[in-house]
Amino acid sequence: MSQSRYARAWDDLASGLRSWRLAATLGWTDVRLRYRGSVLGPFWLTLSALVMVVSMGVIYARLFHMNLREYLPFLSLSMALWQVGLSSLLLESCTCFIDAEASIHAMKLPFSLQALRLLVRNAIVFAHSIVVPIGVFVIYGVSPGLISLVSLPGLALWMIDGFASCLLLGALCARFRDIPPIMGAFLQIAFYVTPIIWKPSQLSPRQSALLMLNPFYDLLELVRAPIFGTLPSLPVVMISVGLSAFWCFIAFLFFARTRARLAFWV
Amino acid sequence: MLHCLPVFRQDACASGFLGLSSMPLIRLIDYSLTYPMFHGSARSLKKSLFKGVRNKVADRKSAGGSIVSNSDTTVVLALSQLTLSIESGERVGLIGHNGAGKSTLLRALAGIYESSLGVLHVEGDLHALLSPQAGMNTDLTGRENIRLYARYIGLSDSATVELEADVEAFAELGAFLDLPVRLYSSGMAIRLGFGLATAPRPEVLLMDEWFMAGDSHFQEKARERLTRLIEHVRILVITSHSLPILRQWCTRIIWMEGGRIRMDGPPDLVIDAYKAVNHG
Repeated sequence: MSQSRYARAWDDLASGLRSWRLAATLGWTDVRLRYRGSVLGPFWLTLSALVMVVSMGVIYARLFHMNLREYLPFLSLSMALWQVGLSSLLLESCTCFIDAEASIHAMKLPFSLQALRLLVRNAIVFAHSIVVPIGVFVIYGVSPGLISLVSLPGLALWMIDGFASCLLLGALCARFRDIPPIMGAFLQIAFYVTPIIWKPSQLSPRQSALLMLNPFYDLLELVRAPIFGTLPSLPVVMISVGLSAFWCFIAFLFFARTRARLAFWV
Repeated sequence: MLHCLPVFRQDACASGFLGLSSMPLIRLIDYSLTYPMFHGSARSLKKSLFKGVRNKVADRKSAGGSIVSNSDTTVVLALSQLTLSIESGERVGLIGHNGAGKSTLLRALAGIYESSLGVLHVEGDLHALLSPQAGMNTDLTGRENIRLYARYIGLSDSATVELEADVEAFAELGAFLDLPVRLYSSGMAIRLGFGLATAPRPEVLLMDEWFMAGDSHFQEKARERLTRLIEHVRILVITSHSLPILRQWCTRIIWMEGGRIRMDGPPDLVIDAYKAVNHG
């Protein structure tokens, strides 16, 4: 073969991006099929997020001695960001290639197409579940202001990380089938050690400095802080960007080395 | 087209640049392909990590290609040092027992399986008919699947409408076209899949043997549609167990055995030799 595996992996990414229209169609189809036949369609997600946020909000506000007006906007936004943006994106990236087995075996398509499809799918789900925090913000009269636009680059970084996760975890899980449950257990722990249902300000200053070492915290702050009117701190930005660059680098190396064998693994 | 590996496109560009006419062709030089089969604990990261790497390699022979086993991972040598050249205008039939490497060779030519052993070079716009359900989602209706397929092969909106009308007329599904494909009988699903798969007009066509299935009325229509398609393509590679069909359609037969080429030549010569070994 005339090209190195890195050049071929790069070509795969490029042709995957070129077929974004197909990826968008596939992503839409995934969401439509998941909710076909239900009256509310994807708004089931909105409803279940609503029920969860309200019930958790009432209980934890009491446990943490906070008033709902302060706590509920925080909780609803954190939950929406965590559940769709971080947790389900990571979990689904594990089965990114396994789920596409039939078409991988039948047609020559860029593997990165499947990663894009997953991003589209999750973006659509995200758009539905973000309705709940928006509603809560409106009810409690919290207006995020223009500074919240700063969270858009953060969301873009999440997309890039998610894409890299698909290439890395998708390939790894195609080879080793016991990783998704390990991932699920890992994310469960991450959910509790990351300030999602609790606030970083509830820790002492020294403890919250340690929080920086939790990459989920940094990524979350990158998007969440601007919406609550503060810019993310410099260490948060640096750690997020640095880790993402590292993550993408590892993902590309791994993808390049495994890409030719993926068709045999799935 | 999407089905082309980027490497093929580059080659096509290169030859165009040098002023050579880019005739479709397939060339294999010393091409081998191995693939791993995992069983037992080889699928588990935990177990694989704990077990470490064992170097117990045992050689075994079997009906298919050569097999090398390493406790729970089996490496199958599916294609072994193939050297082969198919020029524009040739219609090649692949014959051989199950596991001889026919389908694997088609998948390798289609760019689905990749191997770094040897050279595989395909020039020309390629389309592979490998599975009747290729890219089909059985939860979608027939019509939705047609549109999805149009997206897969990169058709414009107006071409999609044409494809829809064409496949609708061919598949004769009636009201079923607007029902999910999983409700179809196997014959109906094949009719839809066949109609879709035979719609593009590639230069190089690879075809697996399921295309011979279906009831007799359908077979006649299918043959008519296939003949039109084949007249258009420059290179055809087809696998089949139906020797009369191969004799009728092909200009060259390659007999594969254990991942190697056992015989390669004109249809009558190879098919007679094949028959002599298998029935005599």
